[in-house]
Formats: sequence, structure tokens, C-alpha cells
Amino acid sequence: MDSIRKRARELLEKNTVKVVIGYGVGSDNTVRAIFVRRPEGVEELIFDETCVQNLAVYLLKNEIKQIGKLCIIANISALRTILQLASEHQIHEEELLCLSVTPNGELLEFTGFKDIENYISSCNRDLPDKESEMIKKLEKMSVDERWQFWMNHLSRCIKCYACRSACPMCYCTRCQVEYNQPQWITVEATLMGNFEWQITRTMHLAGRCVNCGECARACPEDIPINLLNYKTVLTVKEKYNISAGTNANIDSVMSSFESDDKENFIR
Amino acid sequence: MNEQNIYMPYLMRIETVRDEAPFVKTFRLKFINEEILNRFTFKTGQFGEYSAIGEGESTFCIASSPTLKGYIECTFRQTGKVTNALAMKGEDDVIGFRGPYGNFFPIHEWKNKNLLFIAGGIALPPLRSVIWNCLDLRNDYKDVTIIYGAKTVDELIYKHELKTWDERSDVKLVTTVDPGNETPEWKGKIGFVPTVLDEVAPSSENTVAIVCGPPIMIKYTFPVLEKLGFTSENIFTTLENRMKCGFGKCGRCNVGKVFVCKDGPVFTYKQLKELPQEY
Amino acid sequence: MNIENKLLKLSSLEGLVLKLNQDGKQVFAPVKKDNIVNFAPVSAFHEMTQDYIVTARSAKFVVFPRVETILEMQFSKDNITLKDKDLSSIPDAVLLGTRPCDAAGFKVLTSIFEGDYIDNIYVTRLKKTTIISISCNNYDAKCFCTSVNVHPGGTAGSDILLTRIDNDNFLAEIVTEKGKEIVNKFDTLFDIAPDVNKDSLVANVPVEFDLSAILGKIYPRFESDIWVEQSLRCIGCGTCAYVCPTCGCFDIQDVSDGHNGQRKRSWDSCGFDLFTLHSSGHNPRNTQSKRWRQRILHKFVYVPEQDNILGCVGCGRCSRACSVDMNLKEHLINLIGELTK
Repeated sequence: MDSIRKRARELLEKNTVKVVIGYGVGSDNTVRAIFVRRPEGVEELIFDETCVQNLAVYLLKNEIKQIGKLCIIANISALRTILQLASEHQIHEEELLCLSVTPNGELLEFTGFKDIENYISSCNRDLPDKESEMIKKLEKMSVDERWQFWMNHLSRCIKCYACRSACPMCYCTRCQVEYNQPQWITVEATLMGNFEWQITRTMHLAGRCVNCGECARACPEDIPINLLNYKTVLTVKEKYNISAGTNANIDSVMSSFESDDKENFIR
Repeated sequence: MNEQNIYMPYLMRIETVRDEAPFVKTFRLKFINEEILNRFTFKTGQFGEYSAIGEGESTFCIASSPTLKGYIECTFRQTGKVTNALAMKGEDDVIGFRGPYGNFFPIHEWKNKNLLFIAGGIALPPLRSVIWNCLDLRNDYKDVTIIYGAKTVDELIYKHELKTWDERSDVKLVTTVDPGNETPEWKGKIGFVPTVLDEVAPSSENTVAIVCGPPIMIKYTFPVLEKLGFTSENIFTTLENRMKCGFGKCGRCNVGKVFVCKDGPVFTYKQLKELPQEY
Repeated sequence: MNIENKLLKLSSLEGLVLKLNQDGKQVFAPVKKDNIVNFAPVSAFHEMTQDYIVTARSAKFVVFPRVETILEMQFSKDNITLKDKDLSSIPDAVLLGTRPCDAAGFKVLTSIFEGDYIDNIYVTRLKKTTIISISCNNYDAKCFCTSVNVHPGGTAGSDILLTRIDNDNFLAEIVTEKGKEIVNKFDTLFDIAPDVNKDSLVANVPVEFDLSAILGKIYPRFESDIWVEQSLRCIGCGTCAYVCPTCGCFDIQDVSDGHNGQRKRSWDSCGFDLFTLHSSGHNPRNTQSKRWRQRILHKFVYVPEQDNILGCVGCGRCSRACSVDMNLKEHLINLIGELTK
């Protein structure tokens, strides 16, 4: 913690960055994102295993970008997001500086995307056990049972779009749900419309999801929507041997084609 | 209005459809229900919610003068789902209408004054209503000047009415198009509305100015009017913000404390100066 | 009417829920499912949980559903017919276990849906709903009702208010005629009230800020940087509005298959960019800080000035539901700090 604070202070004092996006103490023993702009503010920074929010979501927020050059204190999810955003040309190396801390408490300062790639390749990128088990359980269900499972959950969706807002990869300036000519997805929260929304969200994130779990954490109805995305993570890995957020130069799985791809419908 | 359900529109039949400019149409609309037809009144400056039934509702002013009985007119540009659906309608087709909503231009307070109308592009419809209203009470007012500009000659709307106003000896009409967009036949001015206003320099003496246009035009027109000596309480405009209900419930059209749908859409520049920039 | 006190035994609630259901009323009460407590239809009292501070989502959906058909349409070859909402189809409902803050929230919604244009759909739903609240004997760190003039044992907005006297008994305050109807109809379930000091039975929620330091004082700070500062971590989802008992902003959309259609009113949120986006692409509230300011000002300036009622009841739902810890109570305290600087 001290090493992070020390380095953040230096960066702010030397005006190397204008803002440090990190974690601070939140309400009721939780942590929250904080945006440190003055050297003395670094004392509020914390970093431990409770710092789970994927702060990369703030990298593309206009009011934060406007502050100036950013430093982000990134957990594994955020680092992977940064690589994925880079591969989608949403951020550039010179725009931000990444700090992180290894599980042993060692401060990491990345010199570039390549550096992040090297570090990520040594990290555990598996899905969390709980979710892996749940996916296995879902895979074993009959189609009807699975349908019932999602009906139960998705009937609760209130279309608050917290899943979209919390997802650092959901950065479209205009989301599919906001198009109404034609109206692909119903505006109001009805069961069918909720399915349409979640299926669209899942497919749009296929091959891009870095399994940070923000969508499910943000859901006020506790719908395990991350399972939908995690399933695509497994599928993309299995079929294409690609994991999002491991390389700053990956082609999008869903919008690229190679002649030896298994499906031949496009030929 | 329907006493039971405030969301229930009246059905109106389209009597005529007129193409004004690319993607801009005017509908003449007549209430299907005789009783409503006879009962319906509105004041100039008020607006309504027009529906392409099955597609949704859209907000536009009533573009005709209240002095005309038996029908109302609306003019709209195709920009989204509802306006595109409305544009597909033809004569004898039925659309929905809720209204009238909002406040209106205080034309009776303008008696014995000169009137200066300034409009840009697709913002002429609300002024057209008040212009015709005042012209129908012509003896109540002194000089009437209209300055109207559009990006291109093609985009000037109400072309036949511009001609009528131009030909009237009791109306001074100045039309303009943005520099570079004039055609060889163009006889009007070339320049942005605020510049042309500065050039024409109408007297502010005993005059009210009524301005309507895109935010950028309004922003540059007010200072010119003030330079010409207009006081902010003698400058009127009508605001547009996204609306759904039209009566102060859906929560999106407010400019600070003020609801455009209920407290507006007509405001004086004096009122606007006291409001935050939320329009 | 004067409030009348009765005694209601816990054991009588079982009978009451049963009889209300038999009477054709839909009874909604807090139900725990997957560890979240929300209002849901119950057919028996034991389905209701007693273990909650407030529900995750507010009870507003009973009178202001997340989607409501406001009129129907039929299309034939050359005719369009509009069908009015059949208000008589709206079922009688009973909300059991609302908190005094929930009940107070309905007053705010009513101030929005009444006014110059009376929304009869809302009004009818509310008229057909009997609100039986239960006073709070507990609170958490997100609660701040007493700071916004709502009391954990307050009767405002409730038809009957139950306050737990001991394990087996509730004090039942009969607040309105609608509440009295229930008592009259099921009079065998109610007994004579004992003499109790109600204040000693409800939670002592501390007053955390001085409301008068906010009211009438934030509007002049419209252009303050504080709105940007407070909303930097806001990610712009609509959760706070959707769980809020007093957020009444809505969208209207048509749904049609070409033969039949419905015009639907659904929840919307001032936190969304699309909420105020003009068709020209211009957006008067184009940043999250402007939308955050709108949220605060709507509740603490616009509603109070228009309807003489505070737009926030201090239930703290927005703060509990927020995934990025936008804590309303904390923001209000912070705001007062800025105002008094």
C-alpha cells in the first residue's frame, strides 16, 4: 500500500499524470473508486483483495478523460480490460500509466501494453470456481430446465442497464437497445425483451469479455448474467483458442474470418 | 381533453399533405369527432403530442393560426421512428393528437407595437402560427418584419407563404441562406441570421422581437438584438426539449426549475437569462 | 379522520392475509428469495419475511408498474380504434409490510401524478390499494429517514400502521377510512389497544444532517463543481431511479404487431443519456454530472417547490443498490459542507 501511495504521489507531484484512479474506503466497510488529483490525496489510496471493481470502466468516461493523463491502479481484471480496449483501438499506450500490486505485495509499474501482456500471461485467468461449477450445472440441464432457469432470473430484470454501465467493454456511444428503427429490443422490461437484451449483450461481448464479473456485481436484482458471458469465454477459448484481454493486438473473434475456420457458411 | 385518460389522443384525419423541403412535411389535420372539432381551441405558441398510432408520439407546435377554424396544421422534419412513420401517411390517413399544451405568445400585450420575427430553418412553424395570428389582426400592430434564414434555398420552408408575405405591402420579409449555399436564382440575402439581423438593423423602438431557431442561432441572435436596443423582456422565444407526456410528469424537459411543457414553451429572454443552460 | 388504535395479534395476521386474499385482494408483502427481500404476492402470512430493514426494490410498482398499458389500439384495413384503459380491471391490492418511508414515498408519487393533469390510472391504482405498513424497529447505515422529516413510526401515507409491541402483538393505528374498512370487515381479528408508548417501540434513527441547510440553498449552486466531483464514480445506470420509491419519471412507447397494439408507459431514469437527447443530437444534459445534479435537484428543489413535499424519504435504497457506492446520505452531508464553506 505504501509503495502505491509513494509512487502515486511522485506521479502527481511531478505532474506526470493528472489523476490517479484507484480504490479508497467506501461506505460500510466497502471499497469504492476514488480519483486522486492532489499529491496529499494519495493517503486515501488502498489496495487489497477487497478491491474487486474493474476500474477500467472509468478510462473511457468523458469527464474523467478530460482531467488529463491518467494513472490507473489496476487489478487483474482491469489489466486485461486495458489490453482488450487497446486491441479495439479504444485506448493508446501514451494516454495512461498502469500500476498494480502482485499478490506478494510487490508494486508493478507497466511500461507499456507488452509489459502488461507478459504479466497477464503469468496470471491465473480461469473463471472463478463458483461460476465454473454453475456453468457445468447449466450445461447438464435439459433445454427446458435451462429455459426455466433463465426465465426465473430474467423475469426480474428491470432494464436499468447497470450491467451495461458497469461493463468496461460496453463503450458504444449508442447501444443497440437505443436504436428504434427497427426496434430490435423492446424498451420496456418484459420477459421477452429482457431475453433479447441479455442475449444481445452476451453476443456483443463474445470474444471480448474479460470475465471480470462487473455485470453481475452491478445487477440490483442479483441476476447471474455473468454466466452468459462466461459461457462464451469458454466457447471462444475452446473453438478459437483465444482469451480476451491477453494481448493488445487480437482480432475480434466475432468479426474476423479465416479460411480455415470451422464454419463454412461465409464462403 | 379526455377526462378519463390524459394519455388518450384525439383521432385526426389528414386533409392535406404538403412537402415543404427535403424531409419536411406539413399536415392539415381535422378532428374526426364533430364535438371536439367544434369545441377545440388553442392559443398561438402551444404545442401537441402527435402520434403515428402504433409507432409512438412526437412533440411539435401547432403551426397554424388559431384564427383558422376547423383544422390545425403541423410541420415536422423526419428525424426518428415516429416522424418517419408520420411521413409515410397520406391524405385521409388517421393520426393521433393530444393537446394543446403549454403557454402561448402574449400577442394581446403586443398591441400597437412593431413586431420583429426572426426564425431559422425548421424553427419557422411556431412563428408561422403567431405571424398569421397577428396578420389576421393586422390593425392591432404596427410594422411587421420577418427575417428568416435556412442553410440552403431548398431548406426554406413555407415557400408559398414566404411569397405571400413578400408580396404584402404591410409586411417586410428578409430571407437569407448560409454563405456558399445560394443558387444562381437566389434573390434574398446571403449570410447567417444574426449577421443579416445586424445588417437589416430594425429599430427596437416600441418593438417586440420573437425569435425561434436552433440553439446556436439563438445564442448569437440575442446579443445582436441587445445591441440594437431590445430589452430582454421584449425578446420572446420558444424552447424545445425532449418530451414524452406534455404535462409535467415524465420528468425530462425541465430547464432547472422550469418545465418547458408546462411553464413554457414560450419564454422571454429575460426569463431565459435567469435559467440554467439546460436547453 | 382521527387515528384510532387497535391491537392486532401476530397470530391474527395469518387470518388477515388469508381473508384479504379470499376477499379478492392481491396481497403484496416482503418475500425473501435468493437472499433478496422484495414485495411479492403472498397467499399466506408465513410467506412473508420479518427479516428486512427495507426491501431492495420499493413498493411503487403496485401503483406505478414498471410497464403499464395506458391505452390499446386496433388496426383494421381502413380504420384505427383506440381503446381506453379499463380502470375497473385494476385489481384491489393490499401492501403489507411497507415501511413508513415507503408509505411516505407514495405521497411524493401522488404529487407528481395528480396536479393539473390527473393521471387516473395511477390514482385508481392507489385508490384500490390499502397500505398496511409496519414501523421500523431496526435501521442500517444507509437509512436517513429522520433527516428528511420521515419518522420510522410515522403514519403518513399508510392506511394502517402496525407497530410491534412484543413478540406476539402489534399496535394497529387506523389512519384512513380505507384502513377502517379493513378493520370493520375483519373486526374479529382486531382487539382493544393497550396503552403503549409508541415512540419507545420504534427504532431511534439518528438525524444525520440539517435539512434546512439544503432546502432553498442548493439551486444557486447549479453551476458548482460539486456535481462533477460527486458523480465522477457514477457509471450512469438507472438502478437508483428504479429502486427509488419516489422516482416517477417515465417513457411512453408504442408496441404493435400491425393488427393490435398498446401504448405503454414504463419506468425511465434521468441518469440515462438518452433521457434528454434531442432528435438533432443536441443534449441539454450531456454529461453524467448534469444528470446527477438533476437527480438531486429534482428531489430537493423541484418537487418541494412545486408540490410542497420533499422528494426523498430517506429509505437509502439507491445507496444500497448502487454498484459503485454512490451514497446519497454521504453526498447530502458533503453538499451541506460545501454550502457552508
